Amino acid sequence: MTRHLALHLRNVGKTYVSRNRTVEALTPIDLDVAQGEFVCLLGASGCGKSTLLSLIAGLEAPTIGTVIANGAPVAGPGIDRVMMFQDAALFPWLTVQDNVEFALKQAGQGKAERAATAKAWIDRVHLSGFERSAAHQLSGGMRQRVALARSLAINPAILLMDEPFGALDALTRDKLHHELESLWSSTRKTILFVTHNVREAVALGDRVLVFSPRPGRIIGEFHIDLPRPRALEDVSVVKKTAEVMDVLRGALEAAPEELAGAFI
Amino acid sequence: MTPGRVTLTRRIVFFGSLLALWELTSRSGVWPDYLFPGPLVVGQTLAEGILGGLYLQGAWVSMQRITIGYVISVVIGVVVGALIARNQLLEDTLGALVIGLQALPSVCWLPLAILWLGLNEQAIQFVVIMGSLFSIVLGVRDGIKSTPPIFVKAARNLGARGFALYSQVIVPAALPSIVAGLKQGWAFAWRSLMAAELLFFTLSLGNLLQTGRDFNDAAGVMAVMVMIVALGVAVNQLIFAPIERRIGERWGYATGPR
Repeated sequence: MTRHLALHLRNVGKTYVSRNRTVEALTPIDLDVAQGEFVCLLGASGCGKSTLLSLIAGLEAPTIGTVIANGAPVAGPGIDRVMMFQDAALFPWLTVQDNVEFALKQAGQGKAERAATAKAWIDRVHLSGFERSAAHQLSGGMRQRVALARSLAINPAILLMDEPFGALDALTRDKLHHELESLWSSTRKTILFVTHNVREAVALGDRVLVFSPRPGRIIGEFHIDLPRPRALEDVSVVKKTAEVMDVLRGALEAAPEELAGAFI
Repeated sequence: MTPGRVTLTRRIVFFGSLLALWELTSRSGVWPDYLFPGPLVVGQTLAEGILGGLYLQGAWVSMQRITIGYVISVVIGVVVGALIARNQLLEDTLGALVIGLQALPSVCWLPLAILWLGLNEQAIQFVVIMGSLFSIVLGVRDGIKSTPPIFVKAARNLGARGFALYSQVIVPAALPSIVAGLKQGWAFAWRSLMAAELLFFTLSLGNLLQTGRDFNDAAGVMAVMVMIVALGVAVNQLIFAPIERRIGERWGYATGPR
């Protein structure tokens, strides 16, 4: 059965230990994500959702539990799971083209082949003509498009997105939602999308998982079976958003005790 | 007027006034003119020194020395700086030593250098290396240590490992700070060289300064000082400024209005 699962997490938790205190960032959770599923992780800042992505990406090791991604236990970073950050994190010393080629180059692909792949992805994110540009010459939205192309060029099965559109203006974000949705439906990647924007989560996800503030744990799960493509202003999206908001609000009110419990 | 022309005009006016003030002070007779010659006399001495070949010969010797010493410093400094940045044991030990030694003006090494190596080229090289090595080490170390973690995360995530991670991500990310360290290292090397050459008898820029003093030739001293400044500025403009400009353009800062 786990064969069709992109992600299979059992009792996965993370506790940071520093000199004088222990912070439980993520209370052990169970999570299964089907291949091709679009899951949004929703919660306030510091609720452990970014930590969860890091664990899946293999950038950090869980304190307990095992992450099984694409049928294999995660032991470190792997190009079957690529993460995108709020800051596009483009390499400033490389052009757009070279940024998109980066993972392909690490994988040992030949020059001509990776140039062609990168070019195709740059076209797909509508940035033809900017191949030779430097990151700082692009707007925030364009930078995230490059980051998207860079992540998808290596053809990962799972795309981990950590508030990638959080710093963008509303119009740009709207546009990128549509593009992401259409890229997702044409590539059928599994996407884990972290956000603290409820409507964004509802508009994008097949499933929305609501996280409590620190220590993070899943306190609500919503299946969003609204027809696609969805727009942020669709009545159905707005209605579903209100539903999710109620759960989230309850969790935020419980925050002070939760926070106090974070310092063992 | 463009900002560039404004700057140029300001500089011409400022330095022109400074030269005029200098000439007037010299002619006013407040100090005897063999102690405080004006820019015209100094300029004439400079021209004679250059045309006579003496200053160019001295400059050639000094430039050779600094090139050798500096290149050795860069090679050692980059390697040691990179090692210190990535290894906590080296950071705790060698790193502390480097910071300590950096507090010692390089010319303080000269007496030891002469005792150990004799009054020769090696002693001068030693002082030049001691003068520039530590700021290069620290520049490289700081650059590598301050590599934004997000670049490393993104790169590991995209499959970069080991040497590729180092050479394609960490070093390029650290490049602005590495270049700043190299530039500072060069400035220190230049200072150290001049200090060391003051004590040596072979022809060189530092030695020409000393000769000027010995012959009570203030104009000669000033003319050589002008040479030293001109060479220092030239190296900066011809080597470091273009590198910094290129990095600035690519990285997206320090290039004026965007």
